Amino acid sequence: MTTWMLRRLIQAAFVMLVMTVIVFIGVNVIGDPVEILISPEADQAERARAVAALGLDKPLWEQYWRFLSGALQGDLGRSFVFNEPALKLIAQRMPATLELAITAVLLSVIIGIPLGLYAGLKPNSIGGRIIMGGSILGFSLPTFWVGLMLIMVFAVQLGWLPSTGRGPTRELFGVHWSFLTWDGLRHMALPALNLALGNIALVLRLTRAGVRENLPMDYVKFARAKGISPNRVVFVHVLKNILIPIVTVVGLEIGGLIAFAVVTESVFAWPGMGKLIIDSINVLDRPVIVAYLMMIVLLFVVINLIVDLLYTVLDPRVRLETKE
Amino acid sequence: MSATSQEAAPMPPKQETPFRRFISEYSESPVAVVSFIVVVLIVAIALLAPWISPQDPYDLAQLDIMDGRQPPGSRSMETGLFFWLGTDDQGRDMLSGIMYGLRISLGVGVGSAVIACIIGSALGLIAAFAGGKVDTGIMRLVDLQLSFPAILVALMILAFLGKGVMNVMLALVIVEWARFARTARSAALVEARREYMEAAKCLALPQWRLVFRHMLPNCMPPIIVIFTILVARSITLEATLSFLGLGVPITEPSLGLLIANGYQYMLSGKYWISFYPGIALLVTIMAINLVGDQMRDVLNPRLKR
Repeated sequence: MTTWMLRRLIQAAFVMLVMTVIVFIGVNVIGDPVEILISPEADQAERARAVAALGLDKPLWEQYWRFLSGALQGDLGRSFVFNEPALKLIAQRMPATLELAITAVLLSVIIGIPLGLYAGLKPNSIGGRIIMGGSILGFSLPTFWVGLMLIMVFAVQLGWLPSTGRGPTRELFGVHWSFLTWDGLRHMALPALNLALGNIALVLRLTRAGVRENLPMDYVKFARAKGISPNRVVFVHVLKNILIPIVTVVGLEIGGLIAFAVVTESVFAWPGMGKLIIDSINVLDRPVIVAYLMMIVLLFVVINLIVDLLYTVLDPRVRLETKE
Repeated sequence: MSATSQEAAPMPPKQETPFRRFISEYSESPVAVVSFIVVVLIVAIALLAPWISPQDPYDLAQLDIMDGRQPPGSRSMETGLFFWLGTDDQGRDMLSGIMYGLRISLGVGVGSAVIACIIGSALGLIAAFAGGKVDTGIMRLVDLQLSFPAILVALMILAFLGKGVMNVMLALVIVEWARFARTARSAALVEARREYMEAAKCLALPQWRLVFRHMLPNCMPPIIVIFTILVARSITLEATLSFLGLGVPITEPSLGLLIANGYQYMLSGKYWISFYPGIALLVTIMAINLVGDQMRDVLNPRLKR
């Protein structure tokens, strides 16, 4: 177990290192680093001074080393637009994105599992078929278009929910959250639902497949033969077995949700990391772009690691395999 | 090694060519047939747009700012042109805009999928055939790539390169090659153990001939299926990137960019500028996906009756 974890950690660190190389090459070799790292308003003398200060006259490997050691100390440059450390900007925007992503995960589980159970238990009913047909839409509709339609229906036509911004926030542990106020929750409803849509379909399909797979198994027959109530068989015995793949997939999808929040945040003007990166790309605020990419890669590597660990804890078969 | 009796059986009678069998099995689902017709229609519209659209939406001489933001079903005050789907803020006929937008959306989607298919399948076949370190190397790269969501990888590439049709296509190719590689490799691993491959090896044919002439045609069914699905996916991704303002430039608007242009007017109730391009995008994606689904059902040997 320890050797497995150690190997997994080294692997994660290696992926992280590879990504720093890719981002570094992306910024410094494909793009023009002078353009990228020095404000376009600088004159010739300032430019030359900045080139020397940034070490752009040094060989490439030495530049990379500077970039890497800066990154390790949490220094990824200053934003041109806000004139603040890029990392600090991202840290400020992160709670908004995290809160949106976590709400979306909760929604996908709360909506997806019951619908999936229903479709799995009654696969040939009209309701079951409608659910399955709808789940195809959830997969293939473009997120941004669904977001626009949600705004059109619920904000413009019906006027039920607000369509832009985060609403009032309240502080908890020194961070501002929307979910602590009623109006904040109302602001979160549409973007969270929009972000969750693909995952609702995914959880629903996984649950349905799990139910269909588990129902004919011996342990279900045995539980029934013992006279356990049908509800208990489904909600305790079967559900427990289905949850393992769902936890893995949902866990892995958290990263995907944070990445896809880029789209949802742009549609709903939600002031999170995703909106920050799109704005930064549009005004070429490259230090923020680099910082965002490094943060999100780190996030991904960590999420993959956690899911792997959780999986070992949840599924004894994996644990036993690694022991040998 | 024991299941070879069926393959060794003589060719079926002439009427039952594999292609005909495919057609008849495919036509069993009416939804799939309708989807196929829709796809053909959309491709035809995209190809013929310059000849069948009511207006050339990018010829400024034909536009009149006075016609801007007209609702669907109104008539131009200057030229008398009938706007079936309304006009955008420049006074462009939306129907013509959508026809031209389809050209770019389909072109980028299909083009990138074709390139990704060629590169990815070749690498997948090489990985399966070479084995050992080459295989591990290529598949590690595939795993690494697939552990990051497509939108993120595309975002990263476009952040480095800037917008443009070519850059979007490059980003889509980089996002998609890995899926082709994985599919081609798993198909090739199955085929490599077949008897015809052994026979071909015994003829001492050169390696490239073994892989590309003998193995590749038999690996095609799963690759074709993943190709259709990835065409739909790359059209979606391109539309998303263009909507975010990172994709195609304003001079070559795809459906995604048309939707983005109408976004600001939606809150004031002028829904049609975004809505109809959205419907066109939706119909395209759904039709391609449904065709892909049916092809998967027909071509998948595990589901064979």
